[in-house]
Amino acid sequence: MRRTLAFFYRNRWLFSRRVMQLLIIAAFAMELPEGGYFAQGNLSSSTWFGIGLTDPYIWLQSLLAGAPLGKSALIGMLIVAGLYALFGGRIYCSWVCPINLLTDLSYWIRQKLHIKSNFTLSKNLRVAILLLSLLLSLLSGKLAWEMVNPITQFQRELMWGSMTGAMVLASIFLFDIFVTRRGWCSHLCPVGAFYSELGRYGRLRVKATQSGACNGCAECIKVCPEPHVLAPVVARKADLVTHGDCTRCGACLDQCSTGALAMSLNLKRAGSFKGIPVVSQD
Amino acid sequence: MADKISVAAEIEEPERRKVFRKVFRKLGAATVITVFGKAILDSRPAPAASVLRPPGALPEAEFNAACIRCGLCVEACPYDILHLASWSDPAPTGTPYFVARTDPCRMCTDIPCARACPTGALSPLLTDIKKADMGVAVLVGHETCLNYKGLTCSICVRVCPIIGEAISLKPVKNEVGLLQIPTVDSSKCTGCGTCEKHCVLSEAAIRVLPRELGLGVEGAQSVGRW
Repeated sequence: MRRTLAFFYRNRWLFSRRVMQLLIIAAFAMELPEGGYFAQGNLSSSTWFGIGLTDPYIWLQSLLAGAPLGKSALIGMLIVAGLYALFGGRIYCSWVCPINLLTDLSYWIRQKLHIKSNFTLSKNLRVAILLLSLLLSLLSGKLAWEMVNPITQFQRELMWGSMTGAMVLASIFLFDIFVTRRGWCSHLCPVGAFYSELGRYGRLRVKATQSGACNGCAECIKVCPEPHVLAPVVARKADLVTHGDCTRCGACLDQCSTGALAMSLNLKRAGSFKGIPVVSQD
Repeated sequence: MADKISVAAEIEEPERRKVFRKVFRKLGAATVITVFGKAILDSRPAPAASVLRPPGALPEAEFNAACIRCGLCVEACPYDILHLASWSDPAPTGTPYFVARTDPCRMCTDIPCARACPTGALSPLLTDIKKADMGVAVLVGHETCLNYKGLTCSICVRVCPIIGEAISLKPVKNEVGLLQIPTVDSSKCTGCGTCEKHCVLSEAAIRVLPRELGLGVEGAQSVGRW
């Protein structure tokens, strides 16, 4: 019993994340006992107890495609965009997005099978795909990314039971296992790129505690899905992870045995501003 | 003179050339990808609707831009008639549609699907369901329709929610005798699909089609003999 508890405690960020992801899926899938719903719609636009939320990236595509602005979609978009801008955009990727369950599974299998081959892709590729999807929406008057978007595809498959989109999911799954380490979420997906830009100055951040506890084992970098964001902290060049790519997944915190890392909400301007880390003076 | 030399030296500079080459290569790649991407997008179903949209839907091109594929209309429908298109369906992925023959629109007076739409792709301006324009019924089976054979099946007329207005029987005399022909008034028909659903033939003789397909569009193609 104690060992199980210790196991959960050691992986507390991971388990919190899984619980959150599954709760969100369940909220869309399940009905309230007295007949209503927790959440209706899907992650492109949804209603939670009467409050409408809209994904800002899909909204932007729709705007560029030339759609008139619906009021409730606009308000819902502002709520979502505001929250992610405040806390950090890619919280979406590791706490909300259902595809993360799939790609994390891929990564786990990849580790278990000791697959070392890695087709190197540029991290900027997703930014290019993001720009392309916006450009194509503008040119074609359609929501370009929504033709393929596996996130909403996944929810539709789940809820309305058609299976054609399973092909996309299967290819992402296999791609992440056999081709590129964290290929989809960290290199290709434009949704992540969008939220990375949106939440660039998000205030929820991984920071190095000032205790000098870090023994330089670099285990945190090994588990990080976006290792480049942690590098300056581990190299003691920065106190905070300030890069927009950080998904706040907490894998580094679970992994760190020394307590040298912490996640904290820092609403003050001090410490870091405009994405420029402040180098500690000790 | 000295100026000219320095300009020439700059152009000769290999670093600069490398940068330009890189930039132009990227621009070239971006152009090619955009052109291909647009071709792929345009190869999807043409702007004219090929499926029936929920009541209040904007014209198809605008609808495709405005609909964010959230499925709130699908969940709002009390009769569960709406589906979100998957890849294999004849509508752009994720957009809502219904199939009249399996499940027609019941024309709820409060139009819950349009009320649920966050973007206005299903227009909030539609308040009277009888003004909805989901499509139009067309009697296509002139050889199979029982009324054309001289019987008075008339099921399509009797089930119509706008009974006596959207479809009515018009007497027509021909060599068989006096026929009662179900006749659609396209200005009254909302395209709900109830007639198609209830047609007694194994394949319906009356079909609901998007308005452009059902009635044709003037001037869409050059006409005339030459």
